[in-house]
Amino acid sequence: MLPKDIEAFRYIEDVFRKSCLSWGYREVRTPTLEYLHLFTAAGTLTPNMLSKVYSFLDWDGWSGERVVLRPDGTIPVARLYIENLPQNETARLFYVTNVFAFEETGKQNRERWQCGVELIGSDKPASDIELILLAASTIRQLGISDVQILLSHAGVLNALLKELKLSPDEEVRLLDRILDGNWQALVEAKPKDTEISRLISLFLDLKGKTSGFLENLKAMPQLPVKLKTALANFAEIAGLLDALDCRYRIDITSTRGFEYYTGLCFQMSAKGCKISSGGRYDNLIPLIGGKKTPACGFALYVEPLSDLMQSKSKQKTIPEILIRCDAMTTDAVRASFELAAALRAAGYVAELDFNGRQTGGRWVVTVPEKPVTFTVMDTSRNQKKEMSAMADVVKIVGGSA
Amino acid sequence: MATAVQPENVKLALPKGRLLPATARLLKETGLEFEDYTQGTRSYRLKSIRQPYLSAKIFQEKDIPVQVAVGNYDLGICSLDWVEELVAKYPASAVLKIADLGYGMGNLYLAASRYGKLTSLHDLSDGQCSWRIVTEYSNLAELTALNLRLRRFKILPVWGAAEAYPPENADLVLLWAKDERDLEAQSLIPLKTSVSSSACLIANRESWRAKNVSQIISYFSRAFEMKDKPWLKMKMQPAKSSNNFRLDDGEEKIWLALPDGHQQPPTAEFLNKVGLEVQGYSEDRLSRRPVFKLDWIKAKVIRPQDMPLQVANGNFDLAITGQDWLFDHQCRFPSSPVDELLGLGFGEVRVVAVTSQGFSPSDISQLKQAQDSRTVPIRVASEYVNIADKYLRDNHVSRYQLIPTWGASEAFLPEDADLLIENTQTGKTLARHNLRIVDTLLQSTACLIGNKDSLGSSLKKKKIASLVKMFGQAMDDN
Repeated sequence: MLPKDIEAFRYIEDVFRKSCLSWGYREVRTPTLEYLHLFTAAGTLTPNMLSKVYSFLDWDGWSGERVVLRPDGTIPVARLYIENLPQNETARLFYVTNVFAFEETGKQNRERWQCGVELIGSDKPASDIELILLAASTIRQLGISDVQILLSHAGVLNALLKELKLSPDEEVRLLDRILDGNWQALVEAKPKDTEISRLISLFLDLKGKTSGFLENLKAMPQLPVKLKTALANFAEIAGLLDALDCRYRIDITSTRGFEYYTGLCFQMSAKGCKISSGGRYDNLIPLIGGKKTPACGFALYVEPLSDLMQSKSKQKTIPEILIRCDAMTTDAVRASFELAAALRAAGYVAELDFNGRQTGGRWVVTVPEKPVTFTVMDTSRNQKKEMSAMADVVKIVGGSA
Repeated sequence: MATAVQPENVKLALPKGRLLPATARLLKETGLEFEDYTQGTRSYRLKSIRQPYLSAKIFQEKDIPVQVAVGNYDLGICSLDWVEELVAKYPASAVLKIADLGYGMGNLYLAASRYGKLTSLHDLSDGQCSWRIVTEYSNLAELTALNLRLRRFKILPVWGAAEAYPPENADLVLLWAKDERDLEAQSLIPLKTSVSSSACLIANRESWRAKNVSQIISYFSRAFEMKDKPWLKMKMQPAKSSNNFRLDDGEEKIWLALPDGHQQPPTAEFLNKVGLEVQGYSEDRLSRRPVFKLDWIKAKVIRPQDMPLQVANGNFDLAITGQDWLFDHQCRFPSSPVDELLGLGFGEVRVVAVTSQGFSPSDISQLKQAQDSRTVPIRVASEYVNIADKYLRDNHVSRYQLIPTWGASEAFLPEDADLLIENTQTGKTLARHNLRIVDTLLQSTACLIGNKDSLGSSLKKKKIASLVKMFGQAMDDN
């Protein structure tokens, strides 16, 4: 990342951190290297994602145990929670982290940054809402508009899969294909029961914009119990979003990538770019060795966000001052450093130059060989002034800011 | 048959070992015969008898897909399992499967010992276990484990003799076998057949796109049309060594690993000198589990390359290997608990840095200087990747590319590598291949190694000490 990219990155990070802190979340950081077995259990990452992890041997590699470059942000935080935090309290955690995926073409990034949030210990629909609103408000504060929210529900998908009555093996394999984006696989599974077949196409083909759509589905006759429960949860969340005047679209086929989701899933996009996704994962913590604990979370994707708000981050409120010193006498150099320190102490950015640079920053202060006076140049107005005291220089720069 | 187009030069990579006799026969029958392509041949660079534009080199099978994928060779013949092993980790590899040649048929099996606790894939869903998988195919093993959704697993990569490890030293083995009967003979039961494989003609993707190799391909096509296909009827390989498991519940046994291959005859001779009687450890009757008369010694015969790792992870208490392999292990894992207990004096080799006569630098500093002015990295082929890596790092060679090989490294110079890190006894083989030793990295002899952390109970400790003493005395008698 170049300076301008880092500026955008830091800006996103700052907005995200402030936003999370103000909602009562606390920041955590997990190791870049993790044990592979943390990610291999069924119900965590799909085989397709696992086939793209960077895995290798650690210092005790003779044991055969492998470590990986963190392929996902949520699972390490779940582990951190299990191993270090009180298990009976709600934990509100956030992090800014890089995740790694093996890249076959050598043309794309192997390392991607995300801003993640995890809310652990609550099964209330209001918690799903909290995350959607936190994500939406952060994105809004970044100055990105026309954000679309897409909702789906992993519980509904799983209930539909259960109706196909496959062996556990086949079910996991089908789910993996679906989560890798191949929804057609569900249709191709061709259930013998035409009732189920009709139900599946009804769920896949339809898209809705209000909770009424979900209520309609819920009211259908002869729905399997699990499907009905999942739909009720989905409808309740959608109803709350309606009440909060938060707009969304419902599309069951928008769930992607993670086996660990169990409930509501959401995705946010702007100008066709996916900028955030998240969802509920109530089974993950027990799967990796913790107690039964409901949880949900989301991540904002830094690269697409940065592309969308390139110009935003360039806004600067502090004037930049260049202090030029052409003579290398002890007095001049000392006066230059002292003036820079005084300006910085007053809260300005002061850059020193001993190489005869002409431009840079709005203000250019020239320090002569015998620093009796300073020449202060305001490049925006093309005005020049002579000053004898450092305090005056600080004052004139300050007066304009 | 003749085409109007002048044929371009074509490079072919041919296998050593198991597939060689049938491959040689196929080439002969189709008119693509090479001089000197016979079992036990001492040359690596082969000339086609009839096609002046065709040249070939002999490699270990495992190296062939890599050599073709990186574009050093246009075409290659190897068993499909090695192609799959490459593609399992690097799906974008530039290698195309052109034709199944039909011989060397077999399967890759995920298998368990008949005497272990595993009987079917179903038993693997126990989430508490960390399954140990021993294999020569570590990429495919990792992929298989991930696809089976094994909760926890450990991969123990080996150079060979994978069948010897279960059930004591591994739960699962991923290995090639002709059929299930072949597995049974090794006291193994198949849990899953993962790749069915036979000899395969492969091509580099770029060569296939840009070069006209049709003339060569048409020779192979002709083979498919022949009525009589003698290469399909050839016996592949003499039976492997036996692997008879004996149930033994006695405790406080000392596990000793003995080497196969070149190191086997001198090791057998040495044990004889020590006065240890052992059955099933001779060249003509090699068992993977030889039996010591002294019944508290339990032994397995494995590759010397694999021993340091196997002693480090506690599978064996003692092993007879070479100092070269111990050092390679220590370069990779500096905190390894494995140490040399006793030098045994036999099996002397030197690990040397080698260039071809035509390559000008005569020592490593010249090589480094020459390298600094080059824009492409120097290519270093070696079986000892960790020793090679350390050697180049220690000498501040800035850009190098390590090419791991599985033997027959001499073949790589000069076309496919600039420098070799290789072992030699007399230097004669190297001289015959027109190679020059530029540096000696290490003098190595056979040695007894042990694990300094896991010497177990004091009884075990005593037994190990007495064994080391016996070995030491035999050395002093020299």
